[in-house]
Amino acid sequence: MKYLSNVATLMLDREKCTGCGNCTEVCPHAVLSVRDKKASITDLDKCMECGACETNCPFGAITVDRGVGCAAALINSMLYGGEPSCDCSSSQSGKTTACC
Amino acid sequence: MTAIPLKFKDPVGPLKPEKPAPKWIEGTVATPAGPVYKASTVLSYRDYREHFRCRVSGYRDNFTIEPGVYAVGSPDGNSEVFVSANYKYSFDLLRQALHGLDGWILALDTKGINVWCAAGKGAFGTVELIKKISDCRLASIVEHRRLVLPQLGAPGISAHQVSKNTGFKVHYGPVYAKDLPAYLAAGRKASPDMRTVKFTIKDRLILTPMEIIPAMKNYPLFALIVLFAFGLQPSGIMFGDAFYGGAPFLILGLSAVLSGAFVTPLLLPAIPFRSFALKGWATGLLTVFAYHKLVAPSLVSPLPLTLISYIFFPSASSYIALQFTGSTTFTGMSGVKKELKYGIPLYITSIAVSLIIMSVYKLVEWGLL
Repeated sequence: MKYLSNVATLMLDREKCTGCGNCTEVCPHAVLSVRDKKASITDLDKCMECGACETNCPFGAITVDRGVGCAAALINSMLYGGEPSCDCSSSQSGKTTACC
Repeated sequence: MTAIPLKFKDPVGPLKPEKPAPKWIEGTVATPAGPVYKASTVLSYRDYREHFRCRVSGYRDNFTIEPGVYAVGSPDGNSEVFVSANYKYSFDLLRQALHGLDGWILALDTKGINVWCAAGKGAFGTVELIKKISDCRLASIVEHRRLVLPQLGAPGISAHQVSKNTGFKVHYGPVYAKDLPAYLAAGRKASPDMRTVKFTIKDRLILTPMEIIPAMKNYPLFALIVLFAFGLQPSGIMFGDAFYGGAPFLILGLSAVLSGAFVTPLLLPAIPFRSFALKGWATGLLTVFAYHKLVAPSLVSPLPLTLISYIFFPSASSYIALQFTGSTTFTGMSGVKKELKYGIPLYITSIAVSLIIMSVYKLVEWGLL
């Protein structure tokens, strides 16, 4: 299953990459692979922008505009302002709850 | 159940002498840092019932355990440490997966949110992990310096920072807790299959109740508007007209909820288009078509009403299907933003056009046009 094509904001700086492979280990969709001691993006459309690779790259070679891929969260932030967050509380208490 | 000692100095785990132990605790294990609770690795009927309630109601919003160190089996200073969240569902799946193994579980305080979502928000994060390692004196409980983390915790955890600050090396385990025994047997090596997240038809089916329930919250308001629109006459509200005239739209409204919140998620990969808005719209269109051809072929519906049914209900289904982006394992923010950019103006237009057609239809019905 793939989402929209050519929208993911994942970027890799091959100059900074040392080929350690941490990114390939944490990516849940096998977006990245390492060949000849350099990582490369093998399938950009599979990227869901979770940010695991960026956070776990010790060399700052990866950047991605991470965030919640959730329509309800984005609509709420458009309507009421603020950062989109997983806050689709099924209770009406207004507290932050488990969702995604 | 082994008796829980009521007094101890400086507990490292979540033991609170004044509070009774949860039902799934089967004793305590002594460590150099103090006693910790031992969690059962067999889930009870009660646990399963709680999991079910999480899937069909807001029960999941407050389904937590005390953060801290727990033992499973009979661990010692060389046993692995598995890091998890304090959402009980996540914790339960982990302890169940560790059946027959000896280990420690370090439950972070994720405010009752599951690992993946909490990692996205940073609650399952580097700072919290470093804090828990120190608060629970993990360095005196185990002799080694390794942690096994769920792979889906990675968006929140910077492995190199954890290692720099605590001396503990982060090993990312498999995506699914059930693969842990195989991962450990392979010497902390996850196969490419264990590293990728799935989204099977069963996974999607389990999510549908919590798609349908929120969507149905708007149904009473919708029904009220429909009944009012059909019942309204110059002489007042006619209840007979409201029900007979409104019934098809009430049925189509329910169908739109089902096509957006149930059929679209369930058949997701089989429905054409990558966009969820388009998937939901296509399913909704097919539903309306099926209604006209199969359910009510003998009813001759006035053209304006047929028109509304094809304009409004597929849009409603599309909007509801778009909400499912929040529950999938593969949709990203940039894509959803793009869908909303095109979708929202179209949704507003379809509502406006439907209202205009309905008004004209009513005016003609009343002989005013």
